[in-house]
Amino acid sequence: MPDEQQERPDSSDEWAVAQPVSTTTAGPAGPAGPAFSVDVAASKRALADVDHTPGVAKPDPILKADNVVRTFGGLTAVDVDHLEVQRGVITALIGPNGAGKTTLFNLLTGFDRPDSGDWSFNGRSLNRAPAYKVARMGMVRTFQLTKVLSKLTVIENMRVGATGQRGESLLAALFAPLWRSQETDNTERADGLLARFLLDKKREDFAGSLSGGQRKLLEMARSLMTEPELVMLDEPMAGVNPALKQSLLGHVKSLREEGRTVLFVEHDMDMVRDISDWVVVMAQGRIVAEGPPDAVMADPAVIDAYLGAHHDTELTFEAEEQILAEAEAEIEQEAHSNE
Amino acid sequence: MDWNDLLTGSLQQALGPTAAVYCLAAIGLNIHFGYTGLLNFGQAGFMMIAGYAMVTMSTIWGLSLWLGVLLGIVLTIVFALLLGVPTLRLRADYLAIVTIAAAEIIRQVISAAKFSEDLGGQDGLTGFIGPFREVNPFSEPVGIEGVVMWSANDFWVMVIGWGLVAAACLITWLLMRSPWGRVLKSIREDEDAVRSLGKNVYAYKMQSLIIGGMFGALAGLVVTLRSATVGPSFFATDVTFFAYTVLLIGGAARVLGPVAGAVIFYFLITVLDLFFGQATSGANPIIPASIMNDTQASLMRLIFMGLGLMLLMIFRPQGLFGDRRELAIDAR
Ligand SMILES: Nc1ncnc2c1ncn2[C@@H]1O[C@H](COP(=O)(O)OP(=O)(O)O)[C@@H](O)[C@H]1O
Ligand SMILES: [Mg+2]
Repeated sequence: MPDEQQERPDSSDEWAVAQPVSTTTAGPAGPAGPAFSVDVAASKRALADVDHTPGVAKPDPILKADNVVRTFGGLTAVDVDHLEVQRGVITALIGPNGAGKTTLFNLLTGFDRPDSGDWSFNGRSLNRAPAYKVARMGMVRTFQLTKVLSKLTVIENMRVGATGQRGESLLAALFAPLWRSQETDNTERADGLLARFLLDKKREDFAGSLSGGQRKLLEMARSLMTEPELVMLDEPMAGVNPALKQSLLGHVKSLREEGRTVLFVEHDMDMVRDISDWVVVMAQGRIVAEGPPDAVMADPAVIDAYLGAHHDTELTFEAEEQILAEAEAEIEQEAHSNE
Repeated sequence: MDWNDLLTGSLQQALGPTAAVYCLAAIGLNIHFGYTGLLNFGQAGFMMIAGYAMVTMSTIWGLSLWLGVLLGIVLTIVFALLLGVPTLRLRADYLAIVTIAAAEIIRQVISAAKFSEDLGGQDGLTGFIGPFREVNPFSEPVGIEGVVMWSANDFWVMVIGWGLVAAACLITWLLMRSPWGRVLKSIREDEDAVRSLGKNVYAYKMQSLIIGGMFGALAGLVVTLRSATVGPSFFATDVTFFAYTVLLIGGAARVLGPVAGAVIFYFLITVLDLFFGQATSGANPIIPASIMNDTQASLMRLIFMGLGLMLLMIFRPQGLFGDRRELAIDAR
């Protein structure tokens, strides 16, 4: 498939450059500077050599999943044979409503338990790791339904995000001198992020008083307080007004410039095309297509499974309903054939 | 109607040892419910375990009361673990069901005739108070002449009780301004969000349950010392709900909320009690016996308290000292 957007690597040895040991950073660093040394350009180039087939191996995967299955009663919500997420790039996970994207996020981050399956992050197995351990390893997620801590101020929301806080242990908590300097450092970092996400004016407001878009921003900023290597965003643009969308887009891109890997779920095809280096398509729990954005959106299998006649537009409510109904019918059929 | 009597009698109760007991119980519930969002409906159970542990240590084994205090604290920690391990991973309502049931089971078991030889059955246990009163520094009644007056024994319990309240408030304040307290408050708001930020929510909830339960244990110790006896009737389910009332009056998630709540609660409930008592007594009562006799009058305070609680929840759900700004968020 033709793909003008991405350069071909000179040789397959380029893959080696994409390893985390590399210290060069391509492109402008985000305001916070590179957090992880990943050669973004090399990672992107390396993807150019990857086949456009579902479950294809990546040159430098940060996340790998095998045979992950999750059923709810008779419904198979997720059935992923193999998935790899390339380090240092932005990967979009798309698919119709009910495709199992959120469920897959929940499984990978320890918020839900699969019926079976193995997955690993940075080569370390995550099977049965509880959600908080997954987050501590450097894999942090946001939620489709934004979760801000309403009755805490914006800055307090940010401070909660910092990991390894001495004052979070019960005994040390009683003695402020033990944690105060760390708290000051964390607050400084939080203020930096708030300024970057244009939330500094809201610093002392309760998070519950923010608008939907601001909450998305706060959730994303807060997740960065954990210094994640992989950021998983579940529909970061849903319910965000167009003006904020542009700035959110910029923020997601800046994560990549910092050397972080991004995996995000999105319905807005323009956004997917604009910022993602790689697209994974899910339908009815399975991965049905993979590839660079333009290639995927031209893939007849994807158009069949998902975009239908609504290619290039956001899915309308009716279209979603129809897809859901079709999916349900198919599930029923499957259930019958199983009997 | 003797208004002076009404006022001084109520003041006497509002500052008395029982108010301190409910205050301690409510401080524990504040940690559970106010800060962490845990619904513990078995605070009376925590109180009972501590009270009985202290007493039985001296009545059964002939050991010191202070050793009993230690045993009481240890047992409440065990109790908190027993309740928390199976429920704290589940939805909030499971803890509520398990705590209310566990507290009542313990009460039934302790008051059972089968164990009455050791535990005193329905009558409870006495004869342990000696060592406590021996160290009482007060020998005369204490108070302000003509206003409030407490017996030396009561005042000794008050000193201990309100002293513990002060210590508990200090600990609460220290904890809640710390990152540890911030995690608790965050769990109250949304525990999945806290999990996604790498915090072990289960461990924090357990710590909260234990610490709040230990404050409940202190309440159980003080109520036992006040009465110089321990019995199952002190620890019925309504004790927990009075403690919740105290907490809600003062305002949840405020360090001093339970203190204000306890004083106001005891003041109001005594005012109502004395008022209806006086209004229905005497040769020519203000409220004629055809409308209300004095037995019925003794129930009026609970009716009014319930009504008051309802009005509070409708018009000032954040409690008398809660933050107005927080309320504005709930409306969204
Ligand atoms: N907790 C649950 N119980 C039952 N069914 C669920 C649950 N969570 C998700 N599902 C079902 O699994 C399927 C996938 O859902 P989801 O992962 O939310 O899809 P997506 O995020 O792609 O829109 C849907 O059919 C949904 O109804
Ligand atoms: Mg979803």
